[in-house]
Amino acid sequence: MMGASTTSHFLDDFVKFLQKFIIRILSVGPLPNHIAFIMDGNRRYAKKHNLIQGAGHKAGFLSLMSMFKFCYELGVRYVTIYAFSIDNFKRRPQEIQSLMELLQEKLEGLIKEESIVNLYGVRVLFIGNLKLLSEPVRLAAEKAMLATAKNSKAILSICVAYTSTNEILNAVKESCDEKWDEISILNESGAGYGLIKLGVQDDSEQIIKCLDIEKYMYAPDPDIVIRTSGFVSGVLAVGINLKYRVIDQNGYSL
Amino acid sequence: MMDFRDQTQKVYHLIAKIGDLGVRLLWHLLHFLVSLWYFSLGIASAIESYLISRGILKRYKALDIGKLRYLAIVVESEDAYQIPKVIKLLQCLVAIGVKRVCLYDSEAILLKYLRINVIIVTGILKKSKESILARLNNATLFEEAGESNLLLDRKHITLEFVSPSDGKEAVAKAANLLFIKYLKSGDSGKIEEEIFFTEAHLTDALRAVGCRGPEPDLLLVYGPARCHLGFPAWRIRYTEIVDTKLTRSQHHAISLTYMCLCLSLMRTQEFEEPVKHKQAYGTLEVHETRFPHKGYLQVHHGSPKLW
Repeated sequence: MMGASTTSHFLDDFVKFLQKFIIRILSVGPLPNHIAFIMDGNRRYAKKHNLIQGAGHKAGFLSLMSMFKFCYELGVRYVTIYAFSIDNFKRRPQEIQSLMELLQEKLEGLIKEESIVNLYGVRVLFIGNLKLLSEPVRLAAEKAMLATAKNSKAILSICVAYTSTNEILNAVKESCDEKWDEISILNESGAGYGLIKLGVQDDSEQIIKCLDIEKYMYAPDPDIVIRTSGFVSGVLAVGINLKYRVIDQNGYSL
Repeated sequence: MMDFRDQTQKVYHLIAKIGDLGVRLLWHLLHFLVSLWYFSLGIASAIESYLISRGILKRYKALDIGKLRYLAIVVESEDAYQIPKVIKLLQCLVAIGVKRVCLYDSEAILLKYLRINVIIVTGILKKSKESILARLNNATLFEEAGESNLLLDRKHITLEFVSPSDGKEAVAKAANLLFIKYLKSGDSGKIEEEIFFTEAHLTDALRAVGCRGPEPDLLLVYGPARCHLGFPAWRIRYTEIVDTKLTRSQHHAISLTYMCLCLSLMRTQEFEEPVKHKQAYGTLEVHETRFPHKGYLQVHHGSPKLW
């Protein structure tokens, strides 16, 4: 018994040493500024290993945590995870419920002092249509954002209730809101009347420009997107030059 | 005493420098090993493609191309200048029966050069044998084809040319359109989201500014980098993106990887192992991966999808 535990301790230490060594080597070369992870394949993993429902998501979360540690030790400043799509709301209610409970539990864990985000000075941001989430989860998310607002070494963006089209639409709406506010202010001061007329009559005049919309996109373009399944589909609104890296289903545990 | 301290510091400094050099060397070694690995994978893939195209390795079955309704192809700018190569690719697609193709490159080269040639060929020089584009005389431009113009000729192809201006700039123009519509509505209050800003409204506005193309089922990326180079994001919500790993040195053996629509039906619980098929047409190799499922077929709009 003693021999087995000593061996496992030794192996753990060896693995940690190896990780630190590899991080030291990789730090020398160019590193991505922003890595995005698409969490996929949890249910297939659970089925493959004959686990109960929900256990796949928990296993996925553990893998993600170890990846985070690796990314933050490497010095990657932005990490984004695509956790839950608006389309995923169409799954079975029990599954959604267990996912939301897991999310809430993990968010509450993140706020604790000894959590990984405080250890590495990570600020947590939530991206997506949070109004679609249930109230306890939304409150937990807002609490996590508030608690980590002072951290500045790195940023973790968690996309929940997110789709690329929703992000683009939100950016369009925010730009329109901004222009409307500008025009209203000018109008009140007496200078805006002409502008409104201009906007209405001259359709060729572009009031909203590309830059206005880009301002309201949620995060900077990822450099690399990693998806834990065998394929990639077009769910990302950004990234003209982003490189996809697909890990096949067997590499699920990252 | 001071000299001893200075000497010690110099020694530490030297050790640190040597250590740094050692780590850099290890980095280059790691980089070399990874490059070697991917190079070997590339060689193995090229040998496999060659053996299949020669009929020595028989790993293919019949292909059901009917499920591929719309194919998009992203070409890197340097490759896009090689118009004959692009035409050869299109000819291969015509040969295997693909009906509708969207071509994109990040500098709109295909839009400038190939599109003009297609107009000339379809308009005037349909029977010309001198033109290098003579074999594309069975192509129609997307905007001329129309939704109901389903040609009975099996060997016909509809081409759409997309450029970066159909991406973010088109979204800005569509946003403008929606904003002006809102201004014209005469509402004095804050913008009501549900009335003016839904995905359907933005889709209609994008169509009005000229981005009418449907969502592709499959997006093939030709180029050394696995990157879609800014293909309009609004159109690839549920599109499968496949990197064909085509490098400039591999132009002589164009490989086309095709995934059956079934693989996008991952929402089903009963997931079975994928079945792979390969089919070779001369130097064109078509890979098909089928994901058998017991669920129902995906409908693009409004249906759930595991991504």
